Amino acid sequence: MPPVVEVQGVTKAYGDAEVLRGVDLTLSEHEAIALIGASGSGKSTLLRCIDLLEEIDDGDVLLDGEVITDPSVDPVRVRRRLGMVFQAFNLFPHLTVLENVLLAPARAHGMARPEATERARELLARFGLGGREGDYPDRLSGGQQQRVAIIRALATQPRALLLDEITSALDPELVGEVLALVRELKSEGMTMLIATHEMSFARDVADEVCFLHDGQILERGDTAAVLSEPRQPETQRFLRRLLER
Amino acid sequence: MLGALAALILTSKGWPTVRETFFDWDAFRDSFPGVLDGFWLDIRLFLVVEVVVLVLGLIVALARSARTPALFPLRLLAATFTDIFRGVPTILVVYLIGFGIPALALPGLPSDPVVLGGAALALSYSAYVAEVYRAGIDSVHPDQRSAALALGLTETQSTRFVILPQAVRRVVPPLLNDFIALQKDVALVSILGPLEAFRVAQIDASSNFNYTPLLAAATLYLLVTVPLARVVDRMQARDRLRRSAGPAV
Repeated sequence: MPPVVEVQGVTKAYGDAEVLRGVDLTLSEHEAIALIGASGSGKSTLLRCIDLLEEIDDGDVLLDGEVITDPSVDPVRVRRRLGMVFQAFNLFPHLTVLENVLLAPARAHGMARPEATERARELLARFGLGGREGDYPDRLSGGQQQRVAIIRALATQPRALLLDEITSALDPELVGEVLALVRELKSEGMTMLIATHEMSFARDVADEVCFLHDGQILERGDTAAVLSEPRQPETQRFLRRLLER
Repeated sequence: MLGALAALILTSKGWPTVRETFFDWDAFRDSFPGVLDGFWLDIRLFLVVEVVVLVLGLIVALARSARTPALFPLRLLAATFTDIFRGVPTILVVYLIGFGIPALALPGLPSDPVVLGGAALALSYSAYVAEVYRAGIDSVHPDQRSAALALGLTETQSTRFVILPQAVRRVVPPLLNDFIALQKDVALVSILGPLEAFRVAQIDASSNFNYTPLLAAATLYLLVTVPLARVVDRMQARDRLRRSAGPAV
């Protein structure tokens, strides 16, 4: 499968704090990679750098073979080809569920409004949110809000989805419905880069796992292999700590 | 407490004189039509200035919140504008513009004191209102902008469709508060000569040695500002209620 996202030697520092210290990663079409690692290991920053929400200091990020971190590239055009879902949902509280989903297709992608509306309704209905179109986000449960956020990202038909700890802000009983949605996307062949703390989730949907530690990818490989027989001592320690929780 | 205060005033030595010069019903009745006429000018001026302030304040706030490094001069200009017009007493701005602009004797510049006074008020209040808008813009969580950008909206679209609607909603009560202040400060235009309510009342008062017309003007102001204040209260209460209401699943 051709690579969709390629990260090559990316570094990023905030002042003296080096968050990414030379990260390499290739995400191929229809592939799902889980990014695991402790809080502060750089998972979110890496996703934000790929979506050009942060400027990198060094290295390159490629999307479908094109270097997107080149200063001459318009970040807006790049972001339109990627979808991102955040830990805190980040739905727009002043817009209804339908308007949240509609905003990008109608405003950023120039889709005709009736067509965009029809597509948005379809997506919402398909993922169990039909009938909530007119509600404001604060009337929805956390799980419903996060599902709307995923649908909002899907509505722009992205080349790849970047999921940033999408279940971390949810009550445990609401995690399942969000994961089920992602599992369904995986079965449809969506290309995804998933930062997560849920190892069972990683095991379920990820083809590959990358263990990020101190801004570097220490270990990567087949999901089952990395999670059950990690080679690096750091990975072993991290996974053991997760189990003890 | 209030009763004691009232008793104290009503039994004071000067009360008969005060009653005569401030609470003269006949003087009130005689001056009221004139003061009301003047007040109509206040209202019209207030409405026009208010619209200008809402637009100019927003432009200044947006300029100050601009994020692109290339727009630094614009940011500086906006910051200077707010510093100056917020830092100088409104009455001074009215004086300086009301008397300074006509003194320049430049062709094409307005010389009507109502227009000049209105412009001075608009400049002064735009500086305040720009800061109110800016506080609203700053209060929207940066994640909202991230989410908008991640969806492929441009910076301008993010501001227009995501940040501003939330910001403006949050600052409606403080904006209304500034409206009330502006509604009263319209009286400052009187120093330039136009016959607005305070000016009319003042002329009446000094020609009859009776201050009751001023009370008539005050009554008119209260008739407008008190209902406005109640509107602000209600909006704030509604806002509190909405914030405290948890998600209904």
